[in-house]
Amino acid sequence: MTSSTQSDPIIKIDQVSKTYPGDVQAVKNVSLEVHQGEFFALLGPSGCGKTTLLRMLAGFEIPNEGTIMIDGEDMTDVQPNARCVNMVFQSYAVFPHMTVAENVGYGLKVDRVKKKEIQERVAEALELVRLGDLGARMPDELSGGQRQRVALARALVKRPKVLLLDEPLSALDAKLREAMQMELVRLQKTVGITFIIVTHDQSEALSMANRIAVMEGGTVRQIATPEELYEDPNSRFVADFIGQINLFDGTAVASQTEEKVCATVEPFGTMEIWGETLGPVSLAIRPEKINIDIEKPTTSEHPMAQGTVTDIAYYGGYSNVFVDVAGTRIMAEVSNDTRIRSSTFERGTKVWISFNAEDALALGD
Amino acid sequence: MDSWRQHRSAFWAAFTAPTFWLVVFFLIPLSLLWLFSFGEKEGITGINITWTLKQYARALDPLYLGIFAKSLWMAFLTTLICLIIAFPVAIAIVFAPPKARLWLLLLIILPFWTNLLIRTYALIAVLRTRGQVNFGLEWMWEHANSFLTLVGLGSYNLLGADFEPLGMLYNNSAVLIGLVYVHLPFMVLPLYAALDRLDRSYMEASFDLGAGHIRTFRSIIIPLALPGIASGIVITFIPAMGSYLTPDLLGGTDSQMIANVIERQFKSANDWPFGAALSFILMYVTFFGLALRAVLSKREKMGGKAA
Ligand SMILES: Nc1ncnc2c1ncn2[C@@H]1O[C@H](COP(=O)(O)OP(=O)(O)O)[C@@H](O)[C@H]1O
Ligand SMILES: [Mg+2]
Repeated sequence: MTSSTQSDPIIKIDQVSKTYPGDVQAVKNVSLEVHQGEFFALLGPSGCGKTTLLRMLAGFEIPNEGTIMIDGEDMTDVQPNARCVNMVFQSYAVFPHMTVAENVGYGLKVDRVKKKEIQERVAEALELVRLGDLGARMPDELSGGQRQRVALARALVKRPKVLLLDEPLSALDAKLREAMQMELVRLQKTVGITFIIVTHDQSEALSMANRIAVMEGGTVRQIATPEELYEDPNSRFVADFIGQINLFDGTAVASQTEEKVCATVEPFGTMEIWGETLGPVSLAIRPEKINIDIEKPTTSEHPMAQGTVTDIAYYGGYSNVFVDVAGTRIMAEVSNDTRIRSSTFERGTKVWISFNAEDALALGD
Repeated sequence: MDSWRQHRSAFWAAFTAPTFWLVVFFLIPLSLLWLFSFGEKEGITGINITWTLKQYARALDPLYLGIFAKSLWMAFLTTLICLIIAFPVAIAIVFAPPKARLWLLLLIILPFWTNLLIRTYALIAVLRTRGQVNFGLEWMWEHANSFLTLVGLGSYNLLGADFEPLGMLYNNSAVLIGLVYVHLPFMVLPLYAALDRLDRSYMEASFDLGAGHIRTFRSIIIPLALPGIASGIVITFIPAMGSYLTPDLLGGTDSQMIANVIERQFKSANDWPFGAALSFILMYVTFFGLALRAVLSKREKMGGKAA
């Protein structure tokens, strides 16, 4: 929202493509900009080219086409050891034959930093990732989470302009992962370094990043803030990939209102909704934006239909109620905001579902 | 209970044959030899076990100590040269495309499928005065000469009037070349195995942190490949130390190694007790090397193991 309007981007990827030997086109004509201080996420299903894009930023892969600018300099063909970016590897790659402190100090030693300064900066970096007193340990005496912190400290101690993280949380168990998400956000705020994180987990990207690039099959489908991605996806793919959503097939024709179309969707009939795609479209609406009632709603301007509850998935704080309307399956999220409500809907209950047409989108592919 | 009996007999069937083999063909002869080493020659064929240490004392003669030292030195040089050649070879194989890797490995293993004697004679054919190396040198000499003639310097005989073939056989360098040639696969294979197991991301992390290739090789690859390097050193050094055929066929009169001396005791000198004593000294030296390796690898494990 804010950073995308700033001046010079710290990273500028311009029409970059990468084809591996064997004609695997991993990245296709990708352009994007990342600004100083952003927490940027590359999000997409497995195999969509996220790691390849990240490795091109680190210098481990050279693009076949396009340019990569880092802090205003063309870095497209520059070796990894001459780039002012550092990477946290998916496997952490903590050197097993060095102590924690030696691991963290390695990059400084390579740069011929003075011994005393190395000591200070290593201590500082270990403090930053809350490993203050483990400097003398060997990596095989650490837990997975601690090893990851070592990898983080080892990269941050070099004070890179950009920190690259490849699926940093995928090897951690669920509880630790959540804690580490907060930790990474805190860390990024503290050091003020631009983070670019690769993940296939949309909730991870939504909760951590300022901006997200959603990728599919080597291309970028949408770059936006988490909120924009969720509330204003530009395509059926993005809408479906981010969170949960109902998609109903229909057709759209032009309408009088700007940026809106007249969509005809079974079983709701014709309505005016947000969207610019004409022809075959999907009406997209999030489950929490669908109302579900026993009685017919009185607000007659809302699209509505009657159906039967087929399934209820209970998640504690909310339940997903599945309603069958003349063969169309609709998911509505019901908040369990009082204790004595969960029995209102049961399998087989006849219910009315409705929604505000303002909350629906007409999306193309 | 029936199945237990069946298993028991199966166990004995599987156990007996190798045990029998080991006892009859290894332990018994070795024990006999050990006894002989404490004996004295009696007549032409007799050996009197007198529990004397005379034979071991004889081995301390400067002549034999010199040959021991020389064998150690040759084995050391062989191991060192093998290590220097094998490291780049192993790295090249690891980083070769998967298809080429298979062929390269095959190329390394191929010599194992040929008899050592044949390989050594092949080497003789290559190295002798009228061999391929000298032919090659002669060819280059002729071309260089005709080039000199072409530029008008032909009459000065700058490269000598005639081609002098190099005498590459029947000396210590020939033995060294032969030993390196024979033992190179023993070094390449464990190194390859160690490097292949090594996670690439360690190297990438090193580059990422600013290190160059040499620094990464020194600080990351060598320490992590240390178990492979140690195995390579041990299984190159031990057979090189006990080499018999190579110095015998490629060496001159001053190139004999300890195994040649031992062979002479058992054959031409017909002095089995002394041959036995020398054999056991060689074996103790080898054991010492193995023990050293075990200690080293233990220290390394305590210092954090490679993933
Ligand atoms: N070194 C490689 N050689 C050949 N193909 C590769 C290589 N690395 C990745 N690929 C292919 O490129 C595509 C993108 O891979 P990757 O960037 O790792 O995706 P992601 O990180 O999004 O899962 C995949 O189809 C993958 O199989
Ligand atoms: Mg990946």
